[in-house]
Amino acid sequence: MRSPRHTLHIVSGKGGTGKTTIAAALACALATSGRRVLVCEVEGRQGITELFGTSRLVDAEERRLLRTPAGGAVFGLAIDPEDALLEYLETFYHLGLAGRALDRFGAVDFATSIAPGLRDVLLTGKVYEAVRRGIKQRPNSYDAVVLDAPPTGRIAQFLNVHTALAGLARVGPIRNQADSIMRLLRSATTVVHLVTLLEDMPVTETEEAVAALRPTQIKVATVIENMVVPTPLDDDQLRSAASQEKPLGVPGWTEKLNAALTLEFADEAARTLQQRERHVRLTSLRLPIAQIAFDPAGIDEAAVFTISDQLRDQIRLEAVA
Amino acid sequence: MTAPFFDVDSILGDHETKIIICCGAGGVGKTTTSAALAVRAAEAGRRVVVLTIDPARRLAQSLGVGELDNTPRPVAGVDTAAGGSLDAMMLDMKRTFDDVVIAHSTPDNAAAILDNPFYQALSSSFAGTQEYMAMEKLGQLHAQSEAAGERGWDLIVVDTPPARSALDFLDAPEHLSSLLDGRFLRLLLAPARGPLRLMSVGFNLAASAMTKILGGQIIIDVKTFVTAFEALFGGFRQRATQTLGLLSSRHTTFLVVATAQRDALREAAYFVDRLTEERMPLAGLVINRVHATKLSVSAARALALAEDLDPVTTPVEIEALRRHAALKRVIEQEALLLDRFTSTRPTVARTLVSTLASDVTDLDALRHIGVLLADKD
Repeated sequence: MRSPRHTLHIVSGKGGTGKTTIAAALACALATSGRRVLVCEVEGRQGITELFGTSRLVDAEERRLLRTPAGGAVFGLAIDPEDALLEYLETFYHLGLAGRALDRFGAVDFATSIAPGLRDVLLTGKVYEAVRRGIKQRPNSYDAVVLDAPPTGRIAQFLNVHTALAGLARVGPIRNQADSIMRLLRSATTVVHLVTLLEDMPVTETEEAVAALRPTQIKVATVIENMVVPTPLDDDQLRSAASQEKPLGVPGWTEKLNAALTLEFADEAARTLQQRERHVRLTSLRLPIAQIAFDPAGIDEAAVFTISDQLRDQIRLEAVA
Repeated sequence: MTAPFFDVDSILGDHETKIIICCGAGGVGKTTTSAALAVRAAEAGRRVVVLTIDPARRLAQSLGVGELDNTPRPVAGVDTAAGGSLDAMMLDMKRTFDDVVIAHSTPDNAAAILDNPFYQALSSSFAGTQEYMAMEKLGQLHAQSEAAGERGWDLIVVDTPPARSALDFLDAPEHLSSLLDGRFLRLLLAPARGPLRLMSVGFNLAASAMTKILGGQIIIDVKTFVTAFEALFGGFRQRATQTLGLLSSRHTTFLVVATAQRDALREAAYFVDRLTEERMPLAGLVINRVHATKLSVSAARALALAEDLDPVTTPVEIEALRRHAALKRVIEQEALLLDRFTSTRPTVARTLVSTLASDVTDLDALRHIGVLLADKD
């Protein structure tokens, strides 16, 4: 059995592009025979449990969400910065009592609020810990971890834990922790996937995120174009349809019906042409592109598996033997 | 079950409505809706200012707020024949915060605050700052137009930040206040006295752990900041309370923006409930990017027809029929989700805005959306 090529997959995208769905599908795609994959969310939206129609993830539980048809298992974890801080204090300072005292004084909220960077370090720190479990073969280890990360507008800031801590502790365990996280994020173990729609704003944000991530040395592996409507028609056929050059003629249909179809398809063709232009814009980023087909039936568990198959076909997820 | 129709024009035409706040999940077209409403109101004769938070570049350019300069500028190209006008601005949260500090303290004190590293972190990246500053700016614009009387704006349209949760906008002032006014901070600043002394063992433990995690320097920065900020703070809190009061007055109304998709409607439901709970006035729901067709052929029939056609002579017809089938399915799916929303919240009025073939990049497109907003679906 070949092992996953990357252990940590970070999925980001503009709001509304379906990044949570893609993160869940990617976790399923990685969870082949006997593998355990963890999918983490950090924004308190519980999007992943909503997607699978299961109860909320609370108190740092890592619960199995489903078994994949390929025989693996996907686990879910909702990372909360306050839980992460308390766990961190316990691990590094053995602060059982003081940890509780901190909470009583509102210090945990205070610390995570006054230092937004600290919040990010705590969140990525928990992901780091989950990845390390796999590397060190500790109990409850995972073969791969998928992070449903903050939106593209904030992704570089979120992952760049070094800068986040710039104004904070210059020495000590949190600094060391940040260094270790950064090493993991920059290593070959970690890749970022940017989810986009073929619309102007998400494409622009994807371009901006790629530029913002470049100096961090964190690797963007794939741009995932979501909700793409595939068509066998070429540009000329689409242009002619968009301009309603000649009316469509479905045999046996009245002129009125054909006119309505012509009008409706003109819009669709125009939109497809625009999408093709945006696809060209994305190719100039020189990154591998995966395309996920639009599912008119809406997104549910079955749709997630369909997307997962499309991801497996287009992204090389396993290391070469 | 049909939802009551949300008549946008009756809100825009009601001169008692002075503030419209558009809220909803990220990526549902909030900014576009706010801009379209502002243009429509201005061309109907109202003196409008629209406060946008993070507009798409080309939309911003079409409104003439390409640069982020934090002051309302007149929008060129708006039809002022009815006596209205339109100004637009884009929020610069750090600058808004700086301005408040400068306006409400002595020059020395202001300089001390602005230079403080903790203030710099707070004003540029604190989770609630953008929401808080949007509120602050709204308060300022309102005060400014009240002061100008007849020449001032008579309608402020606010686009809320792309919040992680739709609640952030309402909670931000409280969050910032509780942070700056919190127990931990007070303990950190004041030597333990009286009953607090009893807790000081636990507290010292807590404070020393905090120092270890955050580093000693930031604690010193925070202390300096809070000391300098203290005089200002009462004013801050008072302003936040005033703005919240303004939001629940009869002059303000909220619009919830969504798309006919599960996530967006879930957020919308959440926000509708929260507004109801807080007794904030909800005008209605705007559902963007709704699909529609004038062709009444079912999905199954279209697909069956496509199968029978000759792919060599009628490739475009086949594709058009397939797309029509997919479109019909989307329409059914959307109708189902909207019905569900209405069955649980039957009194919420709504208006549907159909999906557009291209991006919104100019005033004409905004006018067109205005028409779609006002049209009875």
